[in-house]
Amino acid sequence: MSTVAVLQGGRSLERQVSLKSGARVEDALQRLGHRAVAIDVGSDLVAQLTELAPDAVFVALHGRDGEDGTIQELLEVLGLPYTGSGVAACIRCWDKVLTKHLLRDAGIPTPDFHAFSETAFRELGAATALPAIESQLEFPLVVKPAAQGSALGIKFAATAADVPAAIVSAFSYDRKVLLERYVAGRDLAVGIVEEDGVPRALPVVEAVAEGRDFYDFEARYEIGRTRFECPAELPAGVAERTQELAAEAYRALGCAGFARVDLMLREDGELFVLEANSVPGLTETSLLPQAADAAGIPFDALVERILAMALARATA
Amino acid sequence: MTGRTPPRSTAHDLARYAGLFAQRTKVMKSSAMRDLMALTERAEVISLAGGMPDTSSFPADTYAALMQRIADEACARALQYGPTEGFATAAHCIAEVMQAEGMTVDEGELLVTTGGQQVIDLVCKTLIDPGDVIVAEAPTYPGAVPTFCSYEADVVQIELDEDGMRIDELEETLDRLEREGRRPKFIYTIPSFQNPGGVTMSLPRRQRLVQVAHERELLVLEDNPYGLLRYEGEPLPTLYSMDGGEFVIYLGTFSKILSPGIRLGWAAAPRPVLQKMNLGKQAADLCSSSMTQLFVAEYFASGDWREYVNSLVEIYRSRRDAMLDALRTYFPREAAWTQPEGGLFIWATLPDYIDTTDLLARALDENVAFVPGRAAYLDGRGGSSMRLNFSGSDEAAIREGVRRIGKVVAEQVALYGTLTGAAPAAPPVVDEREAGQVAEQLAEVLELPRRRSASRRAESDR
Repeated sequence: MSTVAVLQGGRSLERQVSLKSGARVEDALQRLGHRAVAIDVGSDLVAQLTELAPDAVFVALHGRDGEDGTIQELLEVLGLPYTGSGVAACIRCWDKVLTKHLLRDAGIPTPDFHAFSETAFRELGAATALPAIESQLEFPLVVKPAAQGSALGIKFAATAADVPAAIVSAFSYDRKVLLERYVAGRDLAVGIVEEDGVPRALPVVEAVAEGRDFYDFEARYEIGRTRFECPAELPAGVAERTQELAAEAYRALGCAGFARVDLMLREDGELFVLEANSVPGLTETSLLPQAADAAGIPFDALVERILAMALARATA
Repeated sequence: MTGRTPPRSTAHDLARYAGLFAQRTKVMKSSAMRDLMALTERAEVISLAGGMPDTSSFPADTYAALMQRIADEACARALQYGPTEGFATAAHCIAEVMQAEGMTVDEGELLVTTGGQQVIDLVCKTLIDPGDVIVAEAPTYPGAVPTFCSYEADVVQIELDEDGMRIDELEETLDRLEREGRRPKFIYTIPSFQNPGGVTMSLPRRQRLVQVAHERELLVLEDNPYGLLRYEGEPLPTLYSMDGGEFVIYLGTFSKILSPGIRLGWAAAPRPVLQKMNLGKQAADLCSSSMTQLFVAEYFASGDWREYVNSLVEIYRSRRDAMLDALRTYFPREAAWTQPEGGLFIWATLPDYIDTTDLLARALDENVAFVPGRAAYLDGRGGSSMRLNFSGSDEAAIREGVRRIGKVVAEQVALYGTLTGAAPAAPPVVDEREAGQVAEQLAEVLELPRRRSASRRAESDR
């Protein structure tokens, strides 16, 4: 039996999802016979962790702080073993621009893109380069904040007239925005869980939007407007290729323990990696646990495995 | 911070129960917005998002004395079930409140409910089959949206302007619905100090609305929580008083004139409708709280209830003025907002390139919150508007909250200016907003400025 602190909540925009993930992890840990202590992350985090002195920390904190490496850095300082990716991998996944550069450098296909900081627009006249960017990337475009775990702030720009407002929205979440070529196709996600130090790709999940117009591009990120299929029904060989590519991305980004990789399958069969999530959702409706279940790994076993990897790293 | 380890059942394992849920539970609004709204409750956030009355001014000793008297004189009754329609003593108080707004009501035509919200629920329960049409205002009360959705109603929203719901558009819409063979079951309106619009329906429109209801034999649900909270101008007659009790269902509540915590509201309705609502209420909760009904009865018997309302009017008037003043000071020239004569809310509309749901995320970084306009629509409109509440915070907090919102709006206006090559916005000039101009601007506030965007884009394309 181990004492495990379950970090959740916090003040990111994904607080609610994180509380659900955390509660579910806590339940699982208790069923597994561990002592689970939930911590809603706030200014007394260090004090609480010091007092509790847990054997390991389960990071169920999504979004800022939990996924951007902040918490991981703190846990390194405190010398506490924790679940999932380390500081550097978190930083690489959290910043979608950095993710895409690393993917491109590793020869992993990702939609064409350009990214700008707010300073570039405010002080360096990047706005005058917009037409050039737009003609390079071609419409439609997807505009998103560089760092934002959920779908908030993601806009679809069908024409040049939509771009400035989309950029303004994206800057509500981050100081850097990403303009990305829109890939029309199927929306796929692959959960990765390590097994004996080797990333193992879970069955592919497909998000199927109810409806196909532009409005639904945004709506499809909302519960109730999207149906998830696991395993996704894909042409022969495509599922395997998707899983291989996701595992490649996982390695390129240096993830550890588990992660989720999001991809697009273009109509012509080409695959593109969009991003990776270092602390993917673990709620009842989240994709990674569903995929694990489809692969014969029930939730409790998944939690146990993720925890065991953290403890093993501590003793290594 | 939680350090709890209570045994939690796995009842929240949604997936295990998903197959059992009714179809209507699948009608869900934006989860992203819900998650954002949950963050507005952090202690350090100045929340202009809620709709909360200020209960801090209610004297604690009055409360204690009333409860003591109930304990001494009616303890067993307070702890017992009551009749579904409510206690006669509570109905008497309700009649007094309605009298104060110029209505006479037969106490037999009243149903005491668990807050005004239950009236909306019971009216839907009584009238709405899945797919039936409800006509509402655009924007409408955000709290009614989940109720309408849970009855799987098809909601059609009619634009507001500074005189309230546009009855010409209402009639056109009713004609269209008739041609399409869809008969609306009721028209939902908040005629006075509309939530969230802040506007009040003019007398001619009230008259015409009641006529329309009679001509077409349509029910109107008149939601009037704020009628007595008027800070300027002359009171207007309620639809209920003009209708003669035939086609108007009236919704009243003690929430804004006494306390929302006592959860007491009421419906006054034509008897056949009221009987069905009574059956619906039996099924829902048998009766409203006996304890709080007795509290209201004691409170009304103990002195003049209007004094407390008058004290609230003083408090809220000053807060409204503080908010209007702060908006003039801190919001950019491109923004426009309503000038409510009463109630709790101001509706502000920003340039159409600002998405207020995204803006809220940015505002939360500055520890301030509002309700994004989209919450008041069922069709995705309202994206550039916001509802601001002035009853729940004091003047200093209102001023600071509006300043912070103004700051993030100014940032986005300037950024948009940079992106489109237009000159960044100049700071607002306070004195320019004369009363005459305000009325003109109002016409634009409530019609969402999609058209302006088209012209702006046309200009920038040149």
